[in-house]
Amino acid sequence: AYRTDEGQPWVLPVVKKVEQMIANDNSLNHEYLPILGLPEFRANASRIALGDDSPAIKENRIGSVQCLGGTGALRIGAEFLRRWYNGNNNTATPVYVSAPSWENHNSVFLDAGFKDIRTYHYWDAAKRGLDLKGLLDDMEKAPEFSIFILHACAHNPTGTDPTPDQWKQIAAVMKRRFLFPFFDSAYQGFASGSLDKDAWAVRYFVSEGFELFCAQSFSKNFGLYNERVGNLTVVGKDTDNVQRVLSQMEKIVRTTWSNPPSQGARIVATTLASPQLFAEWKDNVKTMADRVLLMRSELRSRLESLGTPGTWNHITDQIGMFSFTGLNPKQVEYMIKEKHIYLMASGRINMCGLTTKNLDYVAKSIHEAVTK
Amino acid sequence: SSWWSHVEMGPPDPILGVTEAFKRDTNSKKMNLGVGAYRDDNGKPYVLNCVRKAEATIASKKMDKEYLPIGGLADFTRASAELALGENSEAFKSGRYVTVQGISGTGSLRIGANFLQRFFKASRDVYLPKPTWGNHTPIFRDAGLQLQAYRYYDPKTCSLDFSGAMDDISKIPEKSIILLHACAHNPTGVDPRQEQWKELAAVVKKRNLLVYFDMAYQGFASGDINRDAWAVRHFIEQGINIVLAQSYAKNMGLYGERAGAFTVICSDAEEAKRVESQLKILIRPMYSNPPLNGARIASIILNTPDLRKEWLVEVKGMADRIISMRTQLVSNLKKEGSSHNWQHITDQIGMFCFTGLKPEQVERLIKEFSIYMTKDGRISVAGVTSSNVGYLAHAIHQVTK
Repeated sequence: AYRTDEGQPWVLPVVKKVEQMIANDNSLNHEYLPILGLPEFRANASRIALGDDSPAIKENRIGSVQCLGGTGALRIGAEFLRRWYNGNNNTATPVYVSAPSWENHNSVFLDAGFKDIRTYHYWDAAKRGLDLKGLLDDMEKAPEFSIFILHACAHNPTGTDPTPDQWKQIAAVMKRRFLFPFFDSAYQGFASGSLDKDAWAVRYFVSEGFELFCAQSFSKNFGLYNERVGNLTVVGKDTDNVQRVLSQMEKIVRTTWSNPPSQGARIVATTLASPQLFAEWKDNVKTMADRVLLMRSELRSRLESLGTPGTWNHITDQIGMFSFTGLNPKQVEYMIKEKHIYLMASGRINMCGLTTKNLDYVAKSIHEAVTK
Repeated sequence: SSWWSHVEMGPPDPILGVTEAFKRDTNSKKMNLGVGAYRDDNGKPYVLNCVRKAEATIASKKMDKEYLPIGGLADFTRASAELALGENSEAFKSGRYVTVQGISGTGSLRIGANFLQRFFKASRDVYLPKPTWGNHTPIFRDAGLQLQAYRYYDPKTCSLDFSGAMDDISKIPEKSIILLHACAHNPTGVDPRQEQWKELAAVVKKRNLLVYFDMAYQGFASGDINRDAWAVRHFIEQGINIVLAQSYAKNMGLYGERAGAFTVICSDAEEAKRVESQLKILIRPMYSNPPLNGARIASIILNTPDLRKEWLVEVKGMADRIISMRTQLVSNLKKEGSSHNWQHITDQIGMFCFTGLKPEQVERLIKEFSIYMTKDGRISVAGVTSSNVGYLAHAIHQVTK
């Protein structure tokens, strides 16, 4: 979760404003939302991912399902794919998850009924960057129709994203081998500070004619973690196909949670539908993204000034909330035990935990861990 | 071509489909007696005063929006357990239970169903009353369980087929799962009397069945939260370690906020901890952690003495209005000159009433009178008001005389 420079959670000013509007609006009640969710939320959320000028939206071949956070969107998508993709109830379709990935990806697809979850090469520990060759190789070798979970931006946990050119290569292989793209977009806007930039990969795939799913989370970019605001965007060949897909997703939703929670969706819908509030939101998002970017550049420059052995450009090359520092387990243990700096055994740090007050301490500690 | 060419169009949801058709109708006299959401005497959604007060408290506190734990808001889950079990419950006081926050009734039922599928290896069979809420079957099926039934409703008398139920239940294979509606049976409104519940508990215990209670209407049925939870508490007192799904959709009017809870009564607190850990493992890949808003409203109401008192008055108010509409419907039917016995309308309890109307009669009510209900003749009494009860009685009389 995001933290301010004081190390505190941050409720976005635009969210506070909209919550107050909702609280003051006596015409609102707590009635059930439709099974697929609040219509204004669904349409606006998908528009954010695909872009105002999306050909798929113009051609009316997109669908949206309001879900409980990004996790809920992934799960509904996974449940649908297990029932209807690559045959009926084909639990043997391979599902590829990046190595490494968010650890819950595996469980989501396993619990949805898939039996064959595999990894695809992603992180190159030696060069501390993307193992594009390994990735493309895995895609060439994957059985046709395999499902690939792609991180739309700000890869969790490595912070390492393909460049546009690399995405083009990935898309080309996936198209040729009939692989299904399931995007996980949990950080749109939060990664670079620009909604459009962070959605580039998803939009590129759409422009290349793919049918795809995109699980969106508004937990981070709206700071609405505990209201569970998510959206599953479906892009299909035409209206008719998308309608049938949504009708089946409705059945899945009905036995999982019946209909989604209204509070968070209202906040997001109200914000996205108002030009003024939308501008304020983009500004709030940029505030968060900029702080993280600043912490990255400050940490890197400190390590370089200290002469800490190794190269540290990966800290600013990487993007989003997390950074794979490259620290090994022993070094991580040192950080935790001796310096009381908590990070994952993988060497992953949450950049949001850095503040102007602790930068020096963290940099020095990394230096010690590496030089000891 | 598309990946989805072979995907069939799913059928519209029968219950929610009624509301869709109602919305399209332009008749000014139209009535929506479909979905079970409470309406006040003006036919409007009712936001409880205690809910508004809780919301004002929340707005003033300016809390952060950090993730809840996977199992939900602790103050909420503890208060939910206490509400269901009773503050003097030995099971509650000893801590030999686990309660996790669920996505209203459906989500809580589903977590429980998934948990049983994974950990209750003795049986794959869930016995449901005939009839039951339409969504029970697909929930358990999607969780990987098999559905069976026991007799419950007697269409000849529009009341409980107690001997049929006892007969069927006494033959259920040991260690099967049996689902019971704690109060205000949906869709029939027919509940067992307390003496009947005692016999049901005895036979269920004898057959060593795993009891799954669905309690979506505590307080909303009789107006008394303790009375409505009597069956749940009796079973536990008889040593039956039940599992329980609760919903706050109706009794607190929190429908769209999705506040609910799933409880497992365990042998001891240590077992409860192990069960809790497995429930969390099930929840995490479903939606990670639950939504805060509804649970926090419910928690503030349950845990603030003044608000709790106010809530009890308001939930009784809703129950009383429903009971009064039942009474008025019957008296209006008499006034219309109907010779049928409509006693079941006032004998039944809760939001729903199984009128006994046949599909053709329901069809006529929809087409000729713009009165919408599900094909099984179920009406949501909450949709009846003092200004339309006369019209309803008139229409029913027309199609049944």
